[in-house]
Amino acid sequence: MDIQLKRGLLDVCVLAAISEEDSYGYKIIKDMKPYLVLSESTLYTILKRLEAAHMLTVRSAEHDGRLRKYYHITPEGSKRIAEFKEDWKEIMAIYRFVTKEEQPHA
Amino acid sequence: MRKQEFLTALQTRLSGLPQEDVEERVSFYGEMIDDRVEEGLSEEDAVTAIGPIDAIAEQTLSEIPLTKLVREKVRPRRQARAWEIVLIVLGFPVWFPLLAAALVLLFAVYLVIWAVIVCLWAAEAAVAVSALAGVFAGVWQICRGELSQGLLLIAAGFVLIGLSVFLFLADKAATKGAAVLSKKLVLGIKSLFVRKENAI
Repeated sequence: MDIQLKRGLLDVCVLAAISEEDSYGYKIIKDMKPYLVLSESTLYTILKRLEAAHMLTVRSAEHDGRLRKYYHITPEGSKRIAEFKEDWKEIMAIYRFVTKEEQPHA
Repeated sequence: MRKQEFLTALQTRLSGLPQEDVEERVSFYGEMIDDRVEEGLSEEDAVTAIGPIDAIAEQTLSEIPLTKLVREKVRPRRQARAWEIVLIVLGFPVWFPLLAAALVLLFAVYLVIWAVIVCLWAAEAAVAVSALAGVFAGVWQICRGELSQGLLLIAAGFVLIGLSVFLFLADKAATKGAAVLSKKLVLGIKSLFVRKENAI
C-alpha cells in the first residue's frame, strides 16, 4: 500500500482505538489486531506524532503497583476522525468509478 | 531474555541518543512487556513478542532528527575545565576550518548526487523538446514541398521520442536511487554519532 496513505490510515485507526475511552499501548495493539497488525515501534511513532499534532494527550496512572500511560483523544483528534469519514466517502466514490471501468475488461 | 536484561540492552544500544527519547522509549517497551506478562505470558515470551533490539534501534535512529542528535552530542556532560576552554579558544583557527570543510564536503556530496539527477532530467527535457520540434519542423517542410527533408526530420523526431521514453524511465529510476542514497547518507551520519558515543 502507498506509504502516505497507510500512515494516514494508521493515525485514524489509533485515534479510533482511544475514541470510546482512554486506552494504553498494549490494549491499542490488541484492539487493532483483528484489523491490522501493529508493531510496538510503529505504535510508538504514531502516538508521538499524534501527540505532537495535539490530537491526543498522555497521562500516567498507577496500575497494579506500576505506572501505565493512558492516551486520551482531544477534540482535534475527534475532528480528524470526522474528516477521515468524509474523505472516505469521496474515496469510495472514486473506487466505484475505478472498478466500474475495470468490469468490461474482466 | 528477561525483561530487565532486554531493557538494559536496549538502553545501551540507544545510548548517545537524546536522554529523554531513550528513557521514554525504554519505559514504553517496559510497559508493553508488563502488560503482556499480566495477561499470562512468560517474561521471555513477552520480550520475544517485542521484536529484535536492532530493529528498534534502527527505527529510533531514523526518527530522531539529525539536528537533535548533534545538539545532544555537543552539549557538555560536565563543566569544562579552564584549560579545556583555553584550548578550544586557541585551537579555533585549526578546528573551525576543519569542521567547516567537513560540513561543506558532506553538503557537496549531497549536491553532486542531486546535480546528476538534475542533469539527467535536463537531458530528458532536451530530447523531448527536440523530438517535438523535429516532428513539427518535418510537417512544416512537407507543407513547403520539401518532402524528403520533411520525412527525414519526422523520422529523426520519432527516434528522439523513443529515446526520450527510455530516458524518462532511466531518470525515474535514478531519482529513486538518489533519494535512497541521500537517506542512507543521513542515516550513516547519524549512526556515526551513536557509535562514537558507545565506544567511549
